[in-house]
Amino acid sequence: MHENSRHASFLEARDLRKSFGSLEVLKGVSLEVARGEVACLLGPSGSGKSTLLRCINHLEVLDSGRITLDSELIGYEKHGEVLREISVRQLCQQRSMIGMVFQNFNLFPHMNVVENIIEAPRLVKGVSRQDSVDRAHELLAMVGLAEKADNYPRQLSGGQQQRVAIARALAMEPKLMLFDEPTSALDPELVGEVLTVMRMLAEQGMTMIVVTHEMAFAREVADTVVFMDDGLVVERGGPDEVLGSPRHERTRSFLARTVRR
Amino acid sequence: MTQQDGKSTTLGVAVIAHGEDEIRVVPRRMVGRWIGAAVVSIAAAWVIYQLVTNPAYDWGTVWHYFLDGTVLQGLWMTLLLTALTMVAGALLGVLLAIMRLSGNPVMTVASTTFIWFFRGTPALVQLIFWFNLATLFPQISLGIPFGGPAFWSASTNALVTPFIAAMLGLGLNEGAYMAEIVRGGILSVDRGQDDAVRALGLRPWQGMRRIVLPQAMRSIIPATGNQTIGMLKYTSLASIVALHELLYSVQTIYNVTFQTIPLLIVASVWYLILTTVLSLAQVKVEQHFSRGERGSASDTRGRWGRLIHAVVTRGSVRHA
Ligand SMILES: Nc1ncnc2c1ncn2[C@@H]1O[C@H](COP(=O)(O)OP(=O)(O)OP(=O)(O)O)[C@@H](O)[C@H]1O
Ligand SMILES: [Mg+2]
Repeated sequence: MHENSRHASFLEARDLRKSFGSLEVLKGVSLEVARGEVACLLGPSGSGKSTLLRCINHLEVLDSGRITLDSELIGYEKHGEVLREISVRQLCQQRSMIGMVFQNFNLFPHMNVVENIIEAPRLVKGVSRQDSVDRAHELLAMVGLAEKADNYPRQLSGGQQQRVAIARALAMEPKLMLFDEPTSALDPELVGEVLTVMRMLAEQGMTMIVVTHEMAFAREVADTVVFMDDGLVVERGGPDEVLGSPRHERTRSFLARTVRR
Repeated sequence: MTQQDGKSTTLGVAVIAHGEDEIRVVPRRMVGRWIGAAVVSIAAAWVIYQLVTNPAYDWGTVWHYFLDGTVLQGLWMTLLLTALTMVAGALLGVLLAIMRLSGNPVMTVASTTFIWFFRGTPALVQLIFWFNLATLFPQISLGIPFGGPAFWSASTNALVTPFIAAMLGLGLNEGAYMAEIVRGGILSVDRGQDDAVRALGLRPWQGMRRIVLPQAMRSIIPATGNQTIGMLKYTSLASIVALHELLYSVQTIYNVTFQTIPLLIVASVWYLILTTVLSLAQVKVEQHFSRGERGSASDTRGRWGRLIHAVVTRGSVRHA
């Protein structure tokens, strides 16, 4: 019946499974995130963190399990007892509600900063050029790059490119933001400027799932820390619990390795 | 120490001031190069000598026909056919490449089969085949297939003129090659671009048109230039179906006057002029498309410019 209407979380992922060939990458992952919550996702390399994020906006197709965002099933429609894949049009509509920021920025190199930002609002949402440009300038001011509007991505530092990428995602007015190691490709001195923008977003109430190795950021900004290993969620809880007094041996050894680094 | 300045080897003898010492640098003796130069000089001298003294070249006739109306007509047809087959080939190539990469098995198989067939048979054979299509299908009709009524019908012989046969033979062949060039270009674009496109909610064709293809152009454009230069010469195959292009136009003349060699020279000089102009245009276009790319800002001369520069400055062409 209305299983989603009562205690449903904003984002709810249930028993997600995903294999690449014979390699099972997600082995039954469940995750709940409330509206306005910031969840940091930790785990060793290859544990399936990126795959989980990519399943949430249906960049990868799940083998089984289901994801709902704001009570809307992602990627499928329920027809009686069967789940039917939705049309490309509907899928694009859903993806446009979920912003994603990548480790390698993935800005469009042949477009300047403003063009990067207005491309999706114009094509997907049909926003007028003037409105989308105005909004792009607002967003650029917010991420501290008002004066870089006419630059091309290659003329910007990594930290600046990542802030443009965040602005580009925000231009779609997403309900949820996914960050996949947004600072891992940056020189250490540029990490701070990106984390500052993310912290500001969190304070404005954006719902965020952040894959990161920045423990200080997780400790300070996260409402929830989720530790994944080998395709499973091993442990989840407040940052003090999971980072301060982890219950599981695997979490402890991962944290010990990470802190030493 | 003597190898510190790469330029010293290109200048013959150079003197490098090194603090208090002066070191005189004497380059390696290159005996092989001198022998090579001698052989090439003798060969070049002989070529020029016989060009001037052999009366069979008949340079007077060459000049007489160089701007002849028939030849210029053929020249125009060669240019027209080159342009049209390249446009058709490029459009077909984009379509085939997208079909092949679509992930739809029917599309992939259809495209792969097309490319396999049209790349695997000689353009000349295809051209003759199209010209003789009437043997296979005397009538071409538009209607319901498998014996249904026809709404429109025409004789194949009237429809497949030499020009249409050349367009089909060369255009379909070119489409198959362009498909591989476009596919390579699309695959050269970073996978992350596609992730970004999809994550933003762009439709697949929007992402292809606005994001992926413009970036693929960087590798598609130079390859297309090479194809165009090749096509300019391949159009001479159409002489076999009596299309009045450059080669056929000189053939019609020498079939009457028997001045075969001078008229082939007329055609060859025109082909050389056209390919040279296209090559220079290609350098310009490539420069345009690589503008602002990393590493190219310091040297804007392009490949040809660098080569010519290397030759006229007597530098070694080894690393050019
Ligand atoms: N498209 C794919 N095809 C095949 N295997 C894949 C694919 N994507 C990921 N994998 C494999 O799935 C496993 C999990 O990958 P994933 O990227 O989700 O890990 P991760 O936790 O994000 O690791 P990292 O910290 O290194 O980014 C890895 O072994 C990876 O090689
Ligand atoms: Mg990852």
